Amino acid sequence: MSLAGESNGAGVGAAPAREKTSPESEVVIDCHIRELYYGTFKAVRDTTIPIVKKSITAFIGPSGCGKSTVLRCLNRMNDLVRGFRFEGHVKYGGQDIYLPSVDPVAVRRYIGMVFQQPNPFATSIFNNVAFGLRLNGYKGDVGERVEQALKQAGLWEEVKDKLHKSGLSLSGGQQQRLCIARAIATQPGVLLMDEPCSALDPVATRKIEELMLELKKRYTIAIVTHNLHQAQRVADRTGFLYVDTTQGGRTGYLVEFGESAQIFGDPQEKHTKEYIRGEFS
Amino acid sequence: MSTTADILETAETTVCQPPSRWQVIADRTFRTACHTFAWVTVIGIVFIVARIILAGVPAMREYGPGFLTGTTWDPNKDAYGILPEIWGTLYSSILSLIIGTAFGVAAAIFLSEGYLGEFVFGALRVFNLHFHPFWTHLPQRLEDLLRNLIELLAAIPSVVYGLWGIFVVVPAIRPVCNWLHLKMGWFALFSTDLSGPGMLPAVLVLSIMILPTITAISRDALTSVPPKLRMAAYGLGATRWETIFAVILPTASRGVFGGVVLAFGRALGETMALAMLVGNSNRISVSLFSPANTLAALLANTFPEARPNEVAVLMYAALVLLAITLIVNILGAVILQQTSKSQQGAH
Amino acid sequence: MSTLDQQLPNSADDMNPFAEVDFFDLEKSLRRPRTLMSVLLSGLVTVMTLLALGPLFSVVWMLFWRGGRKLSIAVFTQLPPSALEAGGGFGNAIAGTLIMIVIATLITVPVGVLSAVFLAKAKPEDKLAQAVRFAAKVLTGFPSILAGVFAYGAIVLLTGGFSAIAGSVAVSILMLPTILLTAEDAIRMVPVKMVEAAIGMGATETQTAWMVLLPTALPGILTGVMLAIARGAGETAPLLFTSLFSNYWPATNGHLNLMQPTASLAVLIYNFAGMPFENQVELAWAAALVLVLLVLITNLAGQALSSRQVR
Repeated sequence: MSLAGESNGAGVGAAPAREKTSPESEVVIDCHIRELYYGTFKAVRDTTIPIVKKSITAFIGPSGCGKSTVLRCLNRMNDLVRGFRFEGHVKYGGQDIYLPSVDPVAVRRYIGMVFQQPNPFATSIFNNVAFGLRLNGYKGDVGERVEQALKQAGLWEEVKDKLHKSGLSLSGGQQQRLCIARAIATQPGVLLMDEPCSALDPVATRKIEELMLELKKRYTIAIVTHNLHQAQRVADRTGFLYVDTTQGGRTGYLVEFGESAQIFGDPQEKHTKEYIRGEFS
Repeated sequence: MSTTADILETAETTVCQPPSRWQVIADRTFRTACHTFAWVTVIGIVFIVARIILAGVPAMREYGPGFLTGTTWDPNKDAYGILPEIWGTLYSSILSLIIGTAFGVAAAIFLSEGYLGEFVFGALRVFNLHFHPFWTHLPQRLEDLLRNLIELLAAIPSVVYGLWGIFVVVPAIRPVCNWLHLKMGWFALFSTDLSGPGMLPAVLVLSIMILPTITAISRDALTSVPPKLRMAAYGLGATRWETIFAVILPTASRGVFGGVVLAFGRALGETMALAMLVGNSNRISVSLFSPANTLAALLANTFPEARPNEVAVLMYAALVLLAITLIVNILGAVILQQTSKSQQGAH
Repeated sequence: MSTLDQQLPNSADDMNPFAEVDFFDLEKSLRRPRTLMSVLLSGLVTVMTLLALGPLFSVVWMLFWRGGRKLSIAVFTQLPPSALEAGGGFGNAIAGTLIMIVIATLITVPVGVLSAVFLAKAKPEDKLAQAVRFAAKVLTGFPSILAGVFAYGAIVLLTGGFSAIAGSVAVSILMLPTILLTAEDAIRMVPVKMVEAAIGMGATETQTAWMVLLPTALPGILTGVMLAIARGAGETAPLLFTSLFSNYWPATNGHLNLMQPTASLAVLIYNFAGMPFENQVELAWAAALVLVLLVLITNLAGQALSSRQVR
C-alpha cells in the first residue's frame, strides 16, 4: 500500500501552499497529529495542518474521517472525551498547547469555537454575547463590546430591539450567528467552526458564509464542513482527510492540503480526485 | 455591511486572558466544596444509621432476642416485648399493600393506556362535537390533571389523613364493620367489632397514602414498554386486555414490582396516620376490626413521655423498625436499578 | 419474484382472497367473551381510578367544610386555648412551622445542591457518586419517625432539651433526598451542547456550574426545593419528640429562642385531634386546612416552575 506515501504528500502539499500566500501571512496554529486515540481506538494519524493568520482553512472529507476530531484538538476540546490520547504537537503562536504545564481552559479562551448545533445559553441575547467577556473578567464597557460583536456577526439590526429576549427565541440561523457573536466578542486569536451550517437551511447557510468572508478580514478561521461547495466558496486553504480502513480500524489521515483553488481545481491524489468528483461520500 | 470599516476602527484589542488567580482559586474551592458536600451526605447518612443502631445496642444487650417475641409492654414491671407491634406493622403494611397495589396499578393502566382519550372523544361524540381542533390536546391535558391529582394524594400530610380517618373513615365504616361482625363473626377477619380506631381504618388510610407511589412508578414502567411490543400484540389480533396481560404487564412487571416494594417500605415506616387510627393496643389479632399497634406508632405515642430506661428500649424498637425498612428499601432500590439497567440495555 | 408474478393474476381473476373471511366476524359484539371481558376490565379500571381519587375529594371537602368555618383572623394571631377555653388560635404553631422549615431549608439546600453538582459531573463509575446516590435513595424511604429518633439522640439528649433546632435537623434529613435527587436530574437535563459551549469558550468548571448549569437548571432545582419544603412542612412524626410542642410564641420580647420547645401545625393537629373538646377539634381542622393550603401552594408553585425547565 502506498498510504505512507500519500500522507507524506500532505506535507509536501502544505509547503507550496505556504510559499504562494502573501509574505505577511504567518502560521498561527501549527498542528501535527502523529497519532490520536480514543481509548484503544485510533481515530486520526499523520495529519499536519498549518492555520494561517486572517484566512479560512477548511477541513473536508467523508464522514468519520476525523475532521471534527482534528478541529477539536486545536482548542483541547477533546480533553473532555474519556480515553483521549494524543501524540504530536499543536503550537499556538509557537507554544505547544499540549505541554503538561498548559491549562486547557486558558487555551480555549484564546481559541474560540462555534459548534455544529447552534447552542445559545438559556438566557438573554445580551447575556449570551457578554458571556465570554464575563468569563475573562472584562472590566470595560460590556455593552459596547456586545454591540460590536453583534454587528460583526451581522445580527445587530435584527436583535437590537430585543436584546433582553431569550437567545433560544431566535431562529436557527440567527442562533448560529448569535453563537458566532458570542465567540468573537472576546476577539479570540483563532475561531474554530465545526460544521457551522449543517443544521441550517440554505438561506441561513448563505448568510453565515458571507459572514465568514467578512470575519476573515479580522479573524483567523478554521472550519470543518461536509459541504464541498462551501469549502470552495469560503476557504483559502483546504485539507482533505480520508479514512483508512486497511488496519481493521477507521483511522482518519490527511491526504492532501493546499490552496483551495489547487485542491478543487487540480487535486494531486487519487482519493481527493474521487471525492471531489463525488464518486463517494 | 458598510459599517464594517467603522467596526474595524474600534476596540481592536482582545479580551482574552488566561484564568485569573482569583478564578483558579474559586474553581478549586468550589470543586472541593462539591466534593466535600458529597462526602458530608454519605457520612451524614451513615452517621444517622450508625447512631440509631448504637442507641439501640444497650437495650439489645439487656433484653436480647426475647424482646422480639415478648407480648407485654409494661414500664412499671420493666417488661418489654414488641411482637404485637412487629405483627401490626407487617399486617397493616401487607393489607394496605394489597389494596394500594390493586388500585394503584389500575390507575396506572388507566393513565397509560389511553383510556382518557376514548372517554373524552366518546363523550364528545354523544354531543356530536368531535372533530374540533380545540380538543386535540384535551386527553393529554386531562391525563396530566388526573396524574397531578393522584400525586396530590401524596402531598397531603399524613397527620391530616389521620384527622380525616378519625372523623370520616371510622364513622363511615363502623356500621358496615359491625354488621359484618354480627353476621359473619365466625370468619377470622371479622372476629371482633370496630369500636373506634382499629386495623381496617388504618389500613384504608395507609393504602391511600401509598397509592401515589405505586401509580407513579407503575405508570413509568408501563409507558416505557417499547411501542413495537404493543404493536406486535395488536397486530396479532389481541384485544387491549389480552395485550395488557400478555405483553405489557409482564414487560413492565419489574418496574411495577419495584414500585410496590418502595411502597411497602413507606407503609412500614408510616407513623402518624397509624398512630392516630390503629388504636395503640398491644394485641395480636387477625381481625380487621381489632385495635392493634405498629412499631412506628409505638415510638410516636410512647417516646414523648418516656422515662430514660424506656427510651433505651424504644431505641431498640427503632432499631428493629430501621432493620425492617432498610432491608425492604434496599431491595426495592436494587430492583429499580436493575430494571432501569435492563431497559437501557434494551434500547 | 417469479412466484408472485404467477400468483397475482390468478387471485385477481377467479377468487376473492377474502372469500373465506366472514365479514360479520369483524363486528364488535359484547356477546363475544373476549370483547365482553375487555369492556368489563376497562370499566373496572375506570371505576377503581375514580375510587382512588375519592379520598382526595373527601379530604378537601372536609377541610373546607369543617376547617373553613373556624378560619378567622384570630386563629392566626392567638395562642392555643387551654382545655375548656373558647376561641384561641394557632399563631405560634404557624410561626414555629415556618421557622423550622426555613432552618431546615438553609441546612439542606447547600448540601443537596452542591452534592448534586458533584453527582451530575461525576463519572458513572465514581464510587463516591454511587455511594451518595445510594444513600440518598435509601433516605427517600427512611421512616420519618426514625429521623426524629436520630435527632432525639444526637441533639435533644446532647443539648439537654427539646428545641426548634432539633426539629429542623430531623426535618432536614427528610428533605435532603428530594432536593438532592431532583437537583441532580435538573442539572443533568441541561443540554450537553450548552455545557460544551461554555467549556469551548474557556469557562472553568466553576464558571460553567455557576454561569450555565445552575441558572439553566434553576427551575428544576427550585421545584425540588419546593417539593421538599411541602413534604417537610407536613412532617409530624419527627417533631413529636424533637421540637415537642409549646403553648407560647417561639420569640419572647422580640428575641427568637430556638433552643426551647416549639409549636408546629402538624403536632398541634395531632394533639388536638385526640382531645375530647369540640373547640380543639375545630381548631385541628382549621390548622389542617392551613397546613394543606401551605403544602399545596408550595407544591403547585414547584410544579409550575418545573414546566419552565429548559430542554
